[in-house]
Amino acid sequence: MRKILVTLLFLFFGTSAFADCNIKSGSINILANDFPALRTFVETSKQCKGNAEFKVTHSSEHNKIAVPALTANPSEFSARIAANSSIVPLMNQDLIRPLDDLVKKYGKGIQDSQLITIDGKVMAVAFMANTQHLYYREDILKDMGIAVPKTYEEVVAASEKIRASGKMQHPYAAAYKAGWNLAEEFVNMFIGHGGEFFKSGSAEPNINNAKGVATLNMLKKLSELSNPDYLTHDSEAIKVEWESGNVALMTLWASRSGTLLDDEGDPNITKATKLAGPATVGGGNIPAATLWWDGFTLAKNRSDADADATFRALAHAASNKKMVADAADQAVWLVEGFVPGPKSIGVIEAVKMKAKPYPMLPQMGLMHGALGSEIVEFLQGKESAEQALKDVEAAYISKAKEQGFL
Amino acid sequence: MPNKTFFWFFLPTGLAMILFIGLPIISTGIQSFYAQHDQIVKEVKKCDPFGCTVSIVVDNEETSKIREAKPLGKFNGFGTYTDRNHLAVEEIKKFWNETESFGAFIDQVTNLPFYKALIFTLTYCLFVTPNVLLLGFIIALSLNAVARKIRGPLIFGTILPMIVTPLVGSLVLFWMIDSQGIIGANIQNLMNDPYLSLKSSKTLTWITIIIYGIWHHSPFAFVVFYAALQTVPQEPVEAAIIDGASRFQRIKHIVLPHIYPVVTFVALISLMDNFRVFEPIIGFSAEGSAQSLSWLIYDNLVNEEVILFGSAAATSIMTIVGIAILLAPVLIRTWKEFRIAR
Repeated sequence: MRKILVTLLFLFFGTSAFADCNIKSGSINILANDFPALRTFVETSKQCKGNAEFKVTHSSEHNKIAVPALTANPSEFSARIAANSSIVPLMNQDLIRPLDDLVKKYGKGIQDSQLITIDGKVMAVAFMANTQHLYYREDILKDMGIAVPKTYEEVVAASEKIRASGKMQHPYAAAYKAGWNLAEEFVNMFIGHGGEFFKSGSAEPNINNAKGVATLNMLKKLSELSNPDYLTHDSEAIKVEWESGNVALMTLWASRSGTLLDDEGDPNITKATKLAGPATVGGGNIPAATLWWDGFTLAKNRSDADADATFRALAHAASNKKMVADAADQAVWLVEGFVPGPKSIGVIEAVKMKAKPYPMLPQMGLMHGALGSEIVEFLQGKESAEQALKDVEAAYISKAKEQGFL
Repeated sequence: MPNKTFFWFFLPTGLAMILFIGLPIISTGIQSFYAQHDQIVKEVKKCDPFGCTVSIVVDNEETSKIREAKPLGKFNGFGTYTDRNHLAVEEIKKFWNETESFGAFIDQVTNLPFYKALIFTLTYCLFVTPNVLLLGFIIALSLNAVARKIRGPLIFGTILPMIVTPLVGSLVLFWMIDSQGIIGANIQNLMNDPYLSLKSSKTLTWITIIIYGIWHHSPFAFVVFYAALQTVPQEPVEAAIIDGASRFQRIKHIVLPHIYPVVTFVALISLMDNFRVFEPIIGFSAEGSAQSLSWLIYDNLVNEEVILFGSAAATSIMTIVGIAILLAPVLIRTWKEFRIAR
């Protein structure tokens, strides 16, 4: 029976199997976020697990688990699929291992551009890129004679026009849920205004200035055009809003485009859903968006044999031409052989417009956390923009002092 | 019970309490006096698919040396307790000197995270606890009066809110009060205001969470009161009826004095529970408008990619102190009664 299964598997996947995939032993346990592209990626790596034990945890709460799980010795997970922001705490605590030797030994198909190097050492291998960009309803914009917005000022004007026409009450949507999501929108908008979060070369905050105020005012204008429950809406909630036909303009992750454009839901809305690049703001020329990569890292506190097996399985997926061809509409793959389709417009436009990557700084997580809770009262109209920014800086400074950054 | 027998009875429980409650609290207390070592950072070149930049990383070699020497971190004394994210001693002094009116001073203080959370927590306790007692008592009295045949199913129905997992209970209500949900949409229609949202207004969010709290905790009070009502002796009640006492008088003069110790017990437990309010905030995604002390601890531990052990420990210790202060009047009273009874 086992032989038959193996033969069948071989028949199915034989074409994509690499010689490298002859894993004899070891145990592979992966921690990853939960969205379709990552599931595809992990499934692809599973095809070459050989005799190794293979486990995976897909969770949207991955950020909360990662540090404690990788601190344990031996670590619960042998690999963690991380992004620009989530690799930082792992680096801060020295929880991931350099991959140079493994890349040399097993990383034949991996392109140089996929390697995340820090201080000359390969710390992660990226396989997909992500960003937030505009989605629009072609039918509504055409009916109203509105051009596709290129700046957030145009987004505001267009949304106001749609609202005034009575077609939709809350024509704009973005993930403004208090906490991480809201802070991420601030980060995007602040970078779009040309802001720098810290005074150069230090961990001193630098957001209580004209750029910070402009950022908050733009967020507020947009929030007023959104569903009044915006402070509780994450990416999933605004996706539902979109599919219910309540929204005409939206800022959302590129990685979600696949689920918006699939066959589920109202076909008329799906047909009219179009993608555009990220918008700029305040006359700036770089987009108000941050570029993200997703890549894999290996736990330090795990045996070399497990790291070996894990790397080989994941490298198989990170260099898999068949995967990127089959799942071309799930993500913007950084893997060789990827041909960008219509669903990749957002990321490609963002790169063309020279969007900045999310800042990979050791103290950025503290700033992100302070933003997520302290700017809420400004959006609710309970305090001034200056006061909110002052609060963010004060909250950040206390935390940074406790963590030894200041 | 002789003291010696009591000691042997209590020993296993006592040991378990020391092991699982006492020691963790002591360790939390110690943790709260420490902060992380100063971070040693260095400038390095970082390359990713979008290009290369020069920026800083934590120097792990240097850091691990310091960490090995002093694994607990840097001694900070009460530094964490008094910083802006906790008691904010300096900020309060500054506000006191700078603000002109008392109202402006209070505004500034309640803008600080710890006090913001404390005010919500106390408001929640203050509204939920008495209402839970009252509602639980009324339900217990009414159920005690209905025919025995239908009492079983009725009791089951009444304790349902307690059986439902708090998170599920709050999520159900959360969806109902959504501006597109059955309650939210109807309120919008009633008020004729399409921008009205229960979730975006701070006051309405607080009211929702408090109502949810009362709904969730009443069954507990009800169950205990119902059991206590079964022990009320019938003779004095009958005597009172013959004397012409009204139903209200009977409850006031016979039933309430009889179950008074139970009321104290329920009040204690309920105060303690309410002071640690947490699940509804997550369930209602109400982090923006309502933060409790427990939520602050959670936020320090998981919401950020950097875990703030010192902050979380300090808030935990202050929560314990807070509960002790709240319970003190009731405990002192019980202790006095106990001494008189002896």
